Amino acid sequence: MATTATHSSQERVNYLNVRTTVASWLLTMDHKRIGILYLLGITFFFFLGSLAAAAIRLELATPKGDLLSSDTYNKMFTIHGVLMIFFFLIPSIPAAFGNFVLPMMIGARDVAFPRLNLLSWYFFMIGGVLATIALLKGGIDTGWTFYTPYSSAFAKGEVSLAIVGVLLVGFSSIFTGINFLVTVHKMRAPGMTWFRLPLFVWAIYATSLIQVLGTPVVAITLLLVAVERSLGIGIFDPNRGGDPILFQHLFWFYSHPAVYIMVLPAMGVISEVIATFSRRRVFGYHFVAFSSLAIAIIGFLVWGHHMFTTGQSIYAGLAFSFLTFLVAIPSAIKTFNWMATIWKGRVHWDAPMIYALGFLGLFVIGGLTGLHLASLATNVHLTDTYFVVAHFHYVMVGGAIMGYLAALHYWWSKMTGKMYPQSWARLAALLVFVGFNLTFFPQFILGYMGMPRRYHSYPEEWWALNLLSSAGASVLALGYLLPAIYLVWSLKYGTAAGKNPWGARGLEWELVDALPSPHNFERTPIVTRPAYDYAHPEEPTAIYPTPRPVFAGGGKDG
Amino acid sequence: MAQHHREEHTHAQPVSFYAKTLWVLMALLVVTVWAGFQKMPDWFGIAVALTIAVSKATIVILNFMHVKFSSKLAWLFAGAGFFWLIIMFAFAFADYASRHWEPETGW
Amino acid sequence: MSVKEAELHLGEARHEVPHLGEQYETIEQQNDAYTIGMWAFIVQEVLFFGGLFASYAIYRFKYLYEFVAAHHTLSVPFGALNTFVLLVSSYTMARAVRAAMQQKHHKQLKYLLWTIFFASIFMVNKYFEYSAKYHHNLIPNQSYSAEEVIHHNHLKVENGMVDLGARKVPLEEFEGRTKLFFSFYFIMTGLHGLHVLVGIIVLSILAARAYMDWKRKVPHADYMPVEMTGLYWHFVDIVWIFLFPLLYLMGGQ
Repeated sequence: MATTATHSSQERVNYLNVRTTVASWLLTMDHKRIGILYLLGITFFFFLGSLAAAAIRLELATPKGDLLSSDTYNKMFTIHGVLMIFFFLIPSIPAAFGNFVLPMMIGARDVAFPRLNLLSWYFFMIGGVLATIALLKGGIDTGWTFYTPYSSAFAKGEVSLAIVGVLLVGFSSIFTGINFLVTVHKMRAPGMTWFRLPLFVWAIYATSLIQVLGTPVVAITLLLVAVERSLGIGIFDPNRGGDPILFQHLFWFYSHPAVYIMVLPAMGVISEVIATFSRRRVFGYHFVAFSSLAIAIIGFLVWGHHMFTTGQSIYAGLAFSFLTFLVAIPSAIKTFNWMATIWKGRVHWDAPMIYALGFLGLFVIGGLTGLHLASLATNVHLTDTYFVVAHFHYVMVGGAIMGYLAALHYWWSKMTGKMYPQSWARLAALLVFVGFNLTFFPQFILGYMGMPRRYHSYPEEWWALNLLSSAGASVLALGYLLPAIYLVWSLKYGTAAGKNPWGARGLEWELVDALPSPHNFERTPIVTRPAYDYAHPEEPTAIYPTPRPVFAGGGKDG
Repeated sequence: MAQHHREEHTHAQPVSFYAKTLWVLMALLVVTVWAGFQKMPDWFGIAVALTIAVSKATIVILNFMHVKFSSKLAWLFAGAGFFWLIIMFAFAFADYASRHWEPETGW
Repeated sequence: MSVKEAELHLGEARHEVPHLGEQYETIEQQNDAYTIGMWAFIVQEVLFFGGLFASYAIYRFKYLYEFVAAHHTLSVPFGALNTFVLLVSSYTMARAVRAAMQQKHHKQLKYLLWTIFFASIFMVNKYFEYSAKYHHNLIPNQSYSAEEVIHHNHLKVENGMVDLGARKVPLEEFEGRTKLFFSFYFIMTGLHGLHVLVGIIVLSILAARAYMDWKRKVPHADYMPVEMTGLYWHFVDIVWIFLFPLLYLMGGQ
């Protein structure tokens, strides 16, 4: 910390300029730098996954399977699914933004276990590289679900390698989860009670619960598949006495809650953004907070709805169907409370808010179509059609990526100290919203008409809707490219952003500078007000305690 | 002096506490092996073996792992894993156990 | 908490503790964080093994007679001995943690070495068990054969059907299902053995540190590494507490 003192005369020391060597990044234990590392990693995998999506939509622009062979097509949607789910969506908001802002939000210098935090980034990157190698070297065509017995007994290619990659990213996710659970429990600043926490923290806490409780099950399941492939035992192979449905049970025990790993953090971001840009405390704070926990818990009781048509007992199906409907309740609680927050709020139409509003629209459509799939009878008709594809894209892309982009635009100035051009950002948000709906709304109709997923060709009569969908995808792509351009542009040419460009409440805005110092705060703050206290603008959310005389050798935190 | 201050914060128990715990565990081990050799219906054998296993695990968790003397939070975390395990077992078994039930006609 | 109280609390906490991480305010906070973090890790371990236990339970439910027949080939004395050894090692581990808390490093070293000793006995036993299975062709790979299971249970095989008393099963299916049992046996005990091995490594590192603390005669106040390893070690013990009856005992004698 000696460097801190010498620097401060000319330029304020921040987390970026404190050290600038490559090693200082690769060995960093600063939660902010690890957040940035994650951001770079997931952006890379998002780009790869988007390329595969582009190939898929290009192929489907014409009814004939002319651009890609069916084999290549299978590999493309597998690349798309594996990369987007395991290497983008699951780590996106929790690992990148959770790392960057969560400790600041609760008034901590860092997460509870900085070394574990760095380790989890390495697990993520190594896993990602292994999976990418597997996907490029011959590729795999199992789909992201690795269903047995195809994946364990028949599929050729690098399935085991891809599984090792997914295992590693799974443990990375578990480590991040453990870290955040302990951080939220133990690292809160004095006065930061549970009901003063920003709702983003509640959402990340609920997400971490799922990560810790669910991920190990998919880890052991995929491990069994890999062992089965290499040793020739038959745990999931009906020819050898195994049961493929058991794989689905174990897989969805994690993978259904995993969709809440993707969407809960986005919901947390939306709570922050809506409160800030409505200049109003989130309506029904307690309900929104507890609905996050409710979603995390109920999410573990519904996995069988992925298996209605597999030979699962119909009685189990009935129970799973009923429980699935229950998830709608906490989701609706959130949605209504957000709308109540905007209503009577003083709404500011900055870019993050546009993304948040986009989230609301898309998430509502995604959520409501989920009810069609939760109901047994309609599910039988809609299983494995484009209706399902459209539904989960509305939740995971419409929900999670809108939340992700909202977060990126909301905290960009904190991360980089720069502000991007607002009008371009608003335009991009609009493009994403329109492009997204053009791409995926036709797929609801296609699915309803019976078009199955995972085929590279289809009958002539579905051509128009598919073409519309492919055209929409190019608009969507433009909507994703624009931010990439103006955000990078803003790094150099953007106007310098102040500490609190949005006039937001919260520790990370009121006490932490844009480009935070290595330990975020001057001293450990004392929190005196609840989150989103827009009704009392004169009262700071947190204050610094009066400085104490420093004892010899003390003052560890600078 | 500093040492005394530290000890107040630890969960260190008298040696006899750990020794007694070990004796109880050993007794349960003998009982479970003995029960394993008795003739009894399969479901009953499972019930007996699992009851003893759960008791042994609980004793280890409470006494050796010091959860007995830990904060509520430690109790919560120690319980959560096992609770979620029960969820997994219950729901997966609900499927397998009811798979062969015949649906009621005219439903 | 009022602002005054909080200020007081923060001021008090600043006394020097050499092993206090810079992200923490007080040593109590750090110790609590480690404890909760370790428990969260154990929670994920419970579910990791739990997936295996659930699969095993479901197959035992489906193929009860075949699994019971395969049960019988496992040696209860070996299993019981290993349970005994692990329970004692849990006791010595608890004593090592106690010694670490009291900063009695000689005792700490002694009990850590005992724990390593018992853990090693466990591994040696497992080695003998595994090699016996190997000699009977019970390793679930291509050379697997159910002959030993049939022989051990005195089952009759007629016209390619295995007579299990309650029902008859084609030999091929009998082979597949008993092979499933041994797949689970090896994966579950193998993963558990891997955990024991990791435990031995960590315990050895701790023993080396305890030795140095003892030689230097400087009391080492940070007992958390030992306590956390203790939690892990007891958890490994708990896994075996369940594995033993499920694999070795519930054979419906």
